[in-house]
Amino acid sequence: MMTAGFTTSWIIAPTILPAMTAALLILAWRRDIHMQRLVSIASTLALLGIALFLYHFASDGETRAYGVGAWPAPYGIVLVLDRLSATMLLLAAALALAVLIYAVAGWDKRGRHFHALFHFQLLGLNGAFLTGDLFNLFVFFEVMLIASYGLMLHGGGDRRLRAGFQYVAINLIASTLFLIAVGLIYGITGTLNMADLAAKVPQVAADDQALLQTGALLLFLVFAIKAAFVPLHWWLPATYAAASAPVAALFAIMTKVGAYAIIRVYGTIFGANAGALADIATPWILPAALLTLVVGVIGLLASRRLLDLAAFNIVASMGMVLIAVSLFDVDGLTTALYYLVHSTLASAALFLIVDLVAERRGETLDALVPGNPISQGPILGALFLLTALAVIGLPPLSGFIGKLMVLDATYESPQAWLIWVLVLGASLVMTIAFARAGSIVFWKTEGRTTGPTWETARIEPIVVVAFLVCASAALAVFAGPAVEAFHAAAEQALDPAGYVDAVLGSAPATTQPTGQ
Amino acid sequence: MELLVASAIGLMTAVGIYLILQRRTFPIVIGLTLLSYAVNVFLFSAGRLVINRPPIITGADAYADPLPQALVLTAIVISFGMTALIVVLALRGFLETATDTADIPPNDLEAGK
Repeated sequence: MMTAGFTTSWIIAPTILPAMTAALLILAWRRDIHMQRLVSIASTLALLGIALFLYHFASDGETRAYGVGAWPAPYGIVLVLDRLSATMLLLAAALALAVLIYAVAGWDKRGRHFHALFHFQLLGLNGAFLTGDLFNLFVFFEVMLIASYGLMLHGGGDRRLRAGFQYVAINLIASTLFLIAVGLIYGITGTLNMADLAAKVPQVAADDQALLQTGALLLFLVFAIKAAFVPLHWWLPATYAAASAPVAALFAIMTKVGAYAIIRVYGTIFGANAGALADIATPWILPAALLTLVVGVIGLLASRRLLDLAAFNIVASMGMVLIAVSLFDVDGLTTALYYLVHSTLASAALFLIVDLVAERRGETLDALVPGNPISQGPILGALFLLTALAVIGLPPLSGFIGKLMVLDATYESPQAWLIWVLVLGASLVMTIAFARAGSIVFWKTEGRTTGPTWETARIEPIVVVAFLVCASAALAVFAGPAVEAFHAAAEQALDPAGYVDAVLGSAPATTQPTGQ
Repeated sequence: MELLVASAIGLMTAVGIYLILQRRTFPIVIGLTLLSYAVNVFLFSAGRLVINRPPIITGADAYADPLPQALVLTAIVISFGMTALIVVLALRGFLETATDTADIPPNDLEAGK
């Protein structure tokens, strides 16, 4: 581990590449939008390549740690690659490429530094997925959030400013809580390295357990804010509905970072082997998840604009992911990962298709009122229908398999009846909400057709949405291999011993740093 | 010293929470700043309060834990930058909408995009 091999060194590449690209974009081509686009797309393609390589590298089932600066594990910062983090990296890179191509068709010109902020956002996301250190997780969360503040305001306008203020304020409060939690955990255990924590938490003296418990639950609160758990979700619909379309689509993965952090921290550190603190957050997840689902679908039903629909869909989909996470067994996490990947792609597609529709409707924009018939109606209508099918969970797309897996995984749970009733009821309500929205926008039309025609419209945005829909379809068609891969990732994520071994090695934690 | 540090943290947190529950942006910004001060002092105390000790392990003697100091430094840098950003946001919001309440107006069709 100290003498990191050449391939292991690639683990840090997903954070270095976006950082360098962002800096380069600001320094070299601040005013040259064409070069910015070229470099930005090239870099994201390279990132996708690296993510694919790391995914392949991790798929042998071994957990690998990269010690930054070759410092030994409990002293230095480690980046850890396992199947779970490799999956998240790949998802982020694929989503980023799709969103970027969409943005290049015009959105990136509506404000400055879109591409630089975009890559800083990727830096934060990739770092959060890779890091094996709690404080480092805080730092990468901040990098991700700082970039997201800039992206959120992209395009300007007083509405975005007002929503942006709330977004920044709520995240500053979350960061404060994160620091308090980190301080408590460090004060008790004397370490912030996740593997070291996993080894030390079960040995904490009985007197100190109350403080550590406070720290662990405060940390859960922070991740719950990021993941938009009800009742901590209030910031999300306003923020996402106010952000520009490509930004909102990219943000579809930001709530998933919260879910990832919950899986990582409460699977590795405070998991089943954590002694007195075992499964400390688990009893809180299921009630919050069910509430999140219910509030999400009520929001969908109450939506008066397509953008609200897309934003509340994120809340509802987080409810589904977290229902699966709450089981905290291999089947539950497999399901959670499948639903997470599916809902990231489908929610992003929904934001983009809503933007395409709004752009063509003249002054009614995305409001759910009768308006002009839109140009390219059949193809956009078909894409909207397919995206809606995916997010609702109707066949033939991946949402159906995702929901089926959630129902199947919760079959043995004592609360199965409640989960089943709410999940199936939510699907019905979502069907009504999307059917109502779709029929108003595409069928209840009057006047003449507005919007660009096939000759004048850019084709890339439609291709991107179609690509995301196809990805959802592919996830359904190749559900077998996908579920196998997620199953392996879930098994690895629930095995803290393997994680600890990979990070700390067989060396005792008291070894002095050698600097080599 | 424990009493002094603990009551300082408690007081700043209490005032900070009171202020972030206000309706207008300026008190919220001040509240967030106070909260970040409180958390900085708190982080510092996570390494135990000791005076006149070297920040290195020199043997059996007590030592001052250097890690929380590094954490505080990072936290200060981040919260300083964030405060600057949110001040600008609050100011821009006030200048563009001529009101400094923190809520978002309803997003109906009549209200425009």
